[in-house]
Amino acid sequence: MIELSHFLTVAAILFVTGIFGIFLNRKNVIIILMSIELMLLAVNINMVAFSAHLGDLVGQVFTLFILTVAAAEAAIGLAILVCFFRNTGTIAVEDINVMKG
Amino acid sequence: MLGQDLSIIAPELLLVLYAAAALMAGAYSPRDISRQVLWASCGLLVVVGLWVGFQSGEAQYAFHGSFVSDGFARFSKVLILFGSAATLALSVEFLERNNLLKYEYPILIVLSVVGMMIMVSASDLIVLYLGLELQSLALYVVASFRRDSLKSTEAGLKYFVLGALSSGLLLYGASLTYGFSGTTDFAGISAVIGDDQLSLGLIFGLVFLAAGMAFKVSAAPFHMWTPDVYEGSPTPVTAFFATAPKVAAAAMLARVMFDIFGGVVSDWQQILALLAVASMFVGAVAAIGQTNIKRLMAYSSIGHMGFALTGLAAGTEEGARSLLIYLAIYVTTNIGVFAFILNMERDGKPVTDISSLGQYSSVHPARAAALAALMFSLAGVPPLVGFFGKFFVLQAAVNAGLVWLAVLAVIASVISAFYYLRIVRLMYFGTAVEPLDGKMPMVHGALLAVSSLAMVIGVFNLFGIDDVAALAAATLVQ
Repeated sequence: MIELSHFLTVAAILFVTGIFGIFLNRKNVIIILMSIELMLLAVNINMVAFSAHLGDLVGQVFTLFILTVAAAEAAIGLAILVCFFRNTGTIAVEDINVMKG
Repeated sequence: MLGQDLSIIAPELLLVLYAAAALMAGAYSPRDISRQVLWASCGLLVVVGLWVGFQSGEAQYAFHGSFVSDGFARFSKVLILFGSAATLALSVEFLERNNLLKYEYPILIVLSVVGMMIMVSASDLIVLYLGLELQSLALYVVASFRRDSLKSTEAGLKYFVLGALSSGLLLYGASLTYGFSGTTDFAGISAVIGDDQLSLGLIFGLVFLAAGMAFKVSAAPFHMWTPDVYEGSPTPVTAFFATAPKVAAAAMLARVMFDIFGGVVSDWQQILALLAVASMFVGAVAAIGQTNIKRLMAYSSIGHMGFALTGLAAGTEEGARSLLIYLAIYVTTNIGVFAFILNMERDGKPVTDISSLGQYSSVHPARAAALAALMFSLAGVPPLVGFFGKFFVLQAAVNAGLVWLAVLAVIASVISAFYYLRIVRLMYFGTAVEPLDGKMPMVHGALLAVSSLAMVIGVFNLFGIDDVAALAAATLVQ
């Protein structure tokens, strides 16, 4: 029997994978964008699981909003990335170092 | 019913309609109307600010309680609207000189302002998230507005990645909060929590929500994006980042803490106190070695947010009031400082090196005096207005029993005074360098004068802002 806790565990694992993907990845900015997407989708699993568990539709409505906003976010992220690529000619993570923060 | 809902969100609605109309006008107009759009946006923000400011009365709820217009939201909105109008007015000359004056810029600013207004009025997790994203998405774009500059696009990219990460954290917190309370409505969640102990799921929700919002107020240890974004963005954008979004994020944090977790103050008090201490010390210590004035202002804003969070950490009505007063003073001071920074240039090229201010007072005595007043105020030297901001915050912390926090705040304040006063020392006693020759446009001069005079004249009664803030805080904390 698959219960709520199983869904939450999967979502938590995906979420943590996404966070590590952002911080440990040394190669490519596109992978960072994918990691961000993974985090948001993990949240969606959480939302839908809770929604089904509670018998409450709000969670699924929230999921639809998150999906929409994530699409807009990805579009803007890629647009900024294209501008960045035009200036540097590379999208390797270790080349994002003009300013040291 | 719908009509009443719409009348409550009328200010936001007006700004959205204006943004859509201005976008169409800009896209289809045969000649360049960027300047007109910018001034129209600036004027509209002021008008809406006055409109919101003169609204009064009870808290009004729209859309089944998911959007609230109360005294707290109105106070924050007025600050946001006036702050962003001032930074828009400051940006014209700089944008024009650097070939950046495009009609999209004011429209993006207006859209992000709408996002901020929704953030501070949100009374439901979905609305909170949508407002936050509307603000962030517009800000990512303006951060990288100088498309042909490596620094600006890099700033935009960094801001985007870390901003998206923080949105993810906030959403994860929102999902846990929803799951363990069964509703996304602030009042509903608060009713489920009551005055009991938080369940484990809700504690995780609280921590993730707080972490996500700490990113947005650039509180340490979630501050790493701030210096780079401040340095890399075009200076008018930096001025904007340093004012309105900070107010919106801090107000949103206050609303979430008081409206959702108002019954369990002791649970979030420690989180906020730790964030506050970390930010104040990072802001104070890391700024000492900076040579770029924009990076210095970034660390300065981290430190100031630490102070604002100290007030919030008190968890009382007095604390909320001190937060609002602090934010109002912070915005006013920063507008003046950035009016100055925008005119630091030599031979038409912007200069951001602090050492270029050597002996500035002998070239422009009036401007140097104004900046000195602002720096003293930022450092919190009595009797300037900045001191009273810190005083209210510390008073709230001490009255809430957080004496250790107040002591640490004073120590951090003393350390941070060093680098503010170093700028003053450079201007009056530093070694002479080739003088800066930026011509100050009238708007900049006026805003610099108003802001620095406010720091001096405000000493008498703070322009009554403390009473207004008290009323606003009372509507937040019941």
